[in-house]
Amino acid sequence: MDLSAIDPVVLIASLMVAATPILLAAIGELVVEKSGVLNLGVEGMMITGAICGFAIAVETGSPTFGFLAAMVGGAALSLIFGVLTQVLMSNQVATGLALTLFGLGLSALIGQGYVGLKPPATGQLDLGPLSDIPVLGRILFSHDLVVYVSLALIVGVWAGLKYTRAGLILRAVGENHEAAHALGYKVVRIRLMAIAFGGACAGLGGAYLSLIRVPQWTEGMTAGAGWIALAIVVFASWKPVRVLLGAYLFGGVTVLQLNLQAAGLAVPVEVLSMSPYLITILVLVIMSADRGRAALSAPASLGKSFHASS
Amino acid sequence: MTSLLTVEGLTKAYPGVVANDHVSFDIAQGEVHALLGENGAGKSTLVKMIYGLVTPDSGHMTLRGAPYTPAEPRAARAAGVAMVFQHFSLFDALNVAENIALGMENPPPMRQLAARIRTVSETYGLPLSPDRLVGGLSAGERQRVEIIRCLLQDPKLLIMDEPTSVLTPQEVEILFATLRRLSAEGTAILYISHKLEEIRSLCDRATVLRLGKVVDSCNPREKSAAELAEMMVGAKLVAPSRAGGDLGDVVLEVAGLTLPAATPFGTTLRDISFSVRAGEILGIGGVAGNGQDELLSALSGEAHAAPDSVRLKGQSIGALGPSHRRRIAVLAAPEERLGHAAAPDMSLTENALLTGAIREGLAARGFLKWPAARAFAEKVIETFDVRTPGPGNAARSLSGGNLQKFVIGREVLQRPEVLVVNQPTWGVDASAAAAIRQSLLDLAETGTAVVVISQDLDELMEISDRFAALNEGRLSPPRPAVGLSMEEIGLMMGGAHDMEVAHVAE
Amino acid sequence: MIRLEKRPSPSRLWTVATPVLAVALTMIAGGLLFAALGKDPVAAIRTIFWDPLFNEQFAAYSRPQLLVKAGPLILIAIGLSLGFRAGIWNIGAEGQYIIGALSGAGVGLAFYPMEAWFIFPLMVLAGGLGGWAWAMIPAILKTRFRTNEILVSLLLVYVAEQILASMSLGLMRNPEGGGFPGSRNLQQYPSAANTELFAGTGVHWGVVAGFVAVILAYVLLNRHMLGFQIRLAGQSPRAARFAGVNPNALVVFCLGVSGALAGMAGLFEVSGPAGQVSIDFNQGYGFTAIIVAFLGRLHPVGILLAGLLMALTYIGGELAQFMLGVPAAAIQAFQGMLLFFLLGVDVLSNYRVRLGKREVA
Repeated sequence: MDLSAIDPVVLIASLMVAATPILLAAIGELVVEKSGVLNLGVEGMMITGAICGFAIAVETGSPTFGFLAAMVGGAALSLIFGVLTQVLMSNQVATGLALTLFGLGLSALIGQGYVGLKPPATGQLDLGPLSDIPVLGRILFSHDLVVYVSLALIVGVWAGLKYTRAGLILRAVGENHEAAHALGYKVVRIRLMAIAFGGACAGLGGAYLSLIRVPQWTEGMTAGAGWIALAIVVFASWKPVRVLLGAYLFGGVTVLQLNLQAAGLAVPVEVLSMSPYLITILVLVIMSADRGRAALSAPASLGKSFHASS
Repeated sequence: MTSLLTVEGLTKAYPGVVANDHVSFDIAQGEVHALLGENGAGKSTLVKMIYGLVTPDSGHMTLRGAPYTPAEPRAARAAGVAMVFQHFSLFDALNVAENIALGMENPPPMRQLAARIRTVSETYGLPLSPDRLVGGLSAGERQRVEIIRCLLQDPKLLIMDEPTSVLTPQEVEILFATLRRLSAEGTAILYISHKLEEIRSLCDRATVLRLGKVVDSCNPREKSAAELAEMMVGAKLVAPSRAGGDLGDVVLEVAGLTLPAATPFGTTLRDISFSVRAGEILGIGGVAGNGQDELLSALSGEAHAAPDSVRLKGQSIGALGPSHRRRIAVLAAPEERLGHAAAPDMSLTENALLTGAIREGLAARGFLKWPAARAFAEKVIETFDVRTPGPGNAARSLSGGNLQKFVIGREVLQRPEVLVVNQPTWGVDASAAAAIRQSLLDLAETGTAVVVISQDLDELMEISDRFAALNEGRLSPPRPAVGLSMEEIGLMMGGAHDMEVAHVAE
Repeated sequence: MIRLEKRPSPSRLWTVATPVLAVALTMIAGGLLFAALGKDPVAAIRTIFWDPLFNEQFAAYSRPQLLVKAGPLILIAIGLSLGFRAGIWNIGAEGQYIIGALSGAGVGLAFYPMEAWFIFPLMVLAGGLGGWAWAMIPAILKTRFRTNEILVSLLLVYVAEQILASMSLGLMRNPEGGGFPGSRNLQQYPSAANTELFAGTGVHWGVVAGFVAVILAYVLLNRHMLGFQIRLAGQSPRAARFAGVNPNALVVFCLGVSGALAGMAGLFEVSGPAGQVSIDFNQGYGFTAIIVAFLGRLHPVGILLAGLLMALTYIGGELAQFMLGVPAAAIQAFQGMLLFFLLGVDVLSNYRVRLGKREVA
């Protein structure tokens, strides 16, 4: 075993890359859950985004179009969930599961002709002299645009929820949809918009996997990333900045275990491979054990169907 | 006086009921106008139409001479109509200022809004701190949030739906002072209530609704409460009667009952002590959210307390669960009918089984006896005159009054030694309420110790032998109900005490 | 405009009719999907739903396969349906299935090459225990720490898959397998084999267990207090506590039963149709069973029918793949679509659709 092969600077830089897909999906899901909707279909939307982005990027030769297509694909899929749960009032848990199962099938179907192809490369953003700063430059200023988009999204969602009227209304709808309705807010419309936003974020996250992180298309390539994103929202107690923390923690574990596998640590590969999932469970347990806080920060209407009956 | 709002021939039908049938009346500027009627008379539908939450099937309204057809609450607010809901449209996890901003069209920046909240709330004698979380406020304070939300928009018409149901008598006085002041400043108030004395002391005019129709209109100050009641109900009501037998030994004894809150915005029960004798009815009053639900849970066995804090004839039962308590004839009927006392989507037979399985022998070694359960449900339906096509119907298909009769009847027929009920006649029409009260009196007659938790003071005065009040999770020492004045009752409920605290905390 | 109006009581008619309607809608939408893929939609639908049962050429092979595939689906779905009814969401049946298979196969392999009557029953027991134990992880975390059982049970699937990989490459690898991954073939070890009980029917012990589970679940839900409590807890958790139901006990029971049944299903599969522990012997039955449970409206008899239908789409899908070149993934999308339509039309059992002026409310 050779631990000295692991360079901490590279490790941190690559953990940001490893964390970005989950970060994107999680921040989208946070907005959805803040509006009072539990969409368990993140995995399905991510994998759909992964293939949509991959296919369009390959066909057009432009990763940018690929990312846009991934967002559209994720949002379109999420709106199936939206219509079913918001208009037809189906059970959110069941519908979210259906979305995941359907997304896995659909993506495999679309992806038939794309197995084994290489996508067009996404260039890293040219930040000029910034990326030449020792250590910091390598860690912070040598990434592709999507990494910065994901960070901007975190800040944007945080500020939006805290300081804007739209954010206040979104929180209100998630807290008590009956009261929001009584005040004249369009609960269903607001939730559909949140769901579509969540879908677009998950799609973008998926495309980041297939276009940058891996980069190629394989069936089921998200391998639970969507579920981990859901867990991170709980871990973060529905706070955007803690989503960042959670996703980077997870990214760190992933990258570290891959590095340890490469370094030939005397632990079975399978144990290292399962460690991200086990650590996610552990973190979930720690967070949920603190009952009072968990109950206080979860949106009160989360997962409940709304029907304007009056 | 010039007319502010005129309502002409408003009609609104729902499947199976005509909620409003050609309702016409008008409100003058600066007038305090009462809308009087029983539960289900159509008051809520009417004000929802005025507030733009419901679109009328036919009829029209004019506001200050111009046609008024609010398509949504936003339009109503823009036209100067504001409403304080009975079930507050508030958000527990948001603070006071955020809650108020949500009810405004173009709220100023938060800091400015906070300052205005302070000013307006001081001006109208309703002190309120803008950055407190609403979930932590008392019912009276929550109402203030609603009122201030309305006042910040300079309404011409303020609609108040049953505003005093959550207030102590002292708090009611403070509210009335605010309303009188508003009225003097030219704001009209549409005041919805079924409490006759309040209407007589506050309102200039009253429109009486019965079964969706306007049946009368009068100056309430010129009528007696009895006359108003007759207009409202359409028949003379017979007050429940009781023979007043002798009380037996102490059956239920609660001593030093303390229970931490189960939810973030729940109430902690603190050192509660009382005892109830066989044949006695103990009335427990108090404003909503002072520990009523928690006390019922501790007595029904849903919440576990220290074993010795609850005793049945000397036997410690505080740590027993609901099934154990049923076995020893300690029964309960919680406030929330749909979802707590009964499962909405289940049939009445299944709901009979819900609490009746043990005492009525509806299961043998875990296997259910459906015919017996059905027979028990039918017995409840028949004995308590529950209006329903049959026990196979879902609980949610029943009206509030009928379901409540079923819920109370289900427990009464199981021959309890102790029966605890919370809000037994909440949202129930007058005849069903009278029947329920009579059944509780009859039950006490047979030697059951009855605890009635209620926010309806008139009800408690009518049926209780002794009265105590819950205030912030503490129970006042019980006193004989006969001869208690409203003033004394209000003080037992905490007076306007919590409001003063809010003031000091500024 | 169309608006929805809540029914006073759920409609009995629609409760039964909605799954049929959903299947019909899925056939139409599926036909469009196949047409989009350049296949003849009528031929594709016929190949999936008709040919496996009634085409002379395939029926001899397909009909027994129907029960072979439906058996595990029904067995797992019955377990899941209990939890789903109580609002306890075990979506990690796939993991419990894998662990059950590993535990059961492990017992069998430990006895190799001894021949005894008790080996297979022991394996079934071990399979059930393995699945039960795996399901106890989310159950205990939920009751002790209120950790969300949906996420934990699902994440444990990935952990189980890693264990499976480790086992088929390591501990359970066939020492006489020439270094290939995968265990000994249990079909060739008579005491451990889950054989076809009646020649040509496809009925093996797993199918029998599935039928027994249907009957027991029916009795439990309709005749027993525990079943009543399960239904009550799912519909109104607060009323359930008032009725004296212990929510934690229910979590342990529902997750335990569904885990044990999924574990047994895994064992029946690994000792029967699959034959050996290999890195990909699991076919996603644990996930498809979720669709089966909902399609059967969480009702035991409904699940029986839904399990058969879903098995048909598997077999018909293979046939369509073979005959028409319809990709395997299309069938997966097709199954997902079926669940969508079912959830969508479900609204009809609780709401009436009205045409007319829309209310602001």
